[in-house]
Amino acid sequence: MGLLAFFRRSQPTASTAKERLRIIVAQERKAQNAPDYLPTLRRELLEVIRKYINIDPDAVQINLEQEDGRDLLEFTVTLPDNGAGRI
Amino acid sequence: MTEIIVVTSGKGGVGKTTTAASIACGLARRSKRVAIIDFDIGLRNLDLIMGCERRVVFDFVNVIQGDCSLKQALIKDKRIETLFVLAASQTRDKDALSKDGVRKVLDELIADGFDYIVCDSPAGIEAGAHLAMYFADRAIVVVNPEVSSVRDSDRILGLLSSKTQRAEKGGEKVKEHLLLTRYNPRRVAAGEMMSADDVKEILGIEVLAVIPESPDVLSASNAGTPVILLEQSDVAKAYEDAVARLMGEDRPMRFIEEPKKGFLARMFGG
Repeated sequence: MGLLAFFRRSQPTASTAKERLRIIVAQERKAQNAPDYLPTLRRELLEVIRKYINIDPDAVQINLEQEDGRDLLEFTVTLPDNGAGRI
Repeated sequence: MTEIIVVTSGKGGVGKTTTAASIACGLARRSKRVAIIDFDIGLRNLDLIMGCERRVVFDFVNVIQGDCSLKQALIKDKRIETLFVLAASQTRDKDALSKDGVRKVLDELIADGFDYIVCDSPAGIEAGAHLAMYFADRAIVVVNPEVSSVRDSDRILGLLSSKTQRAEKGGEKVKEHLLLTRYNPRRVAAGEMMSADDVKEILGIEVLAVIPESPDVLSASNAGTPVILLEQSDVAKAYEDAVARLMGEDRPMRFIEEPKKGFLARMFGG
């Protein structure tokens, strides 16, 4: 076994795995409890906004949060720089 | 009072059938009457792990469809008096299992006075896996300390808390346990593998047992002997601990740390 292989083999990647899982699991749990209409709502919103501004598909983020017993529906739309995408 | 235990995981190849077979054997060895059912329709394998593949005449689907009685289909284990196996059907019809059909078989086992019914779930989240968990009182989620297995286990935990009879009735929840398999304490110590505590923290449920990675699992399946019956094996001891904990005993976790090598072993690399 070469020296390089030795170092590569002993790289501690467990903490990376744990961190990645922590994030994706939290995200998926949230998605599972979210109402079914969210993906459709997001897609339709995207279509409406795209009539006026050319944005990336991932520029629309929808988040459903629970705060103090209230449901909070949050939209974030990231617009392109300098209005360059304006149609 | 019968307890229905599902052994499930989401991901395939993590050790569900190995675990189901050993847990069922361990319970039966304690003089409990145990029936173990293979829910993997079309991909029957529990019979091989239990070593009774040549004695399968009738299967789970035969019982549901009324081709035979439950008694005719139950295969009595040759090693343990109180253990019975119900094999999966090799039919290609995916819809051969129905909720009512499964309920009928379970009800008959309960009426017959079985103490435990162990349901060996297929991989995935399709109908077979759903039916295997639907009637469960308790779930053993088998997980490898590896990213895809942990993620899939979380999906399964979500289904256990929403798509089971207990969840639908809104009463007492299904009791959930994690069982880690293929655990390599040396790699955990080196930071190359997530620890039992890491997995427990991510998934948020208690660890029933940690099964060390070992060649014994393959030897046992080669021979058709549930690995818990290989007395000298650490894997057998770890499964025996799991069974004891299921029955309410408090036992310290073993096999989560690398065994300390003695002076001679260290000198000679034993």
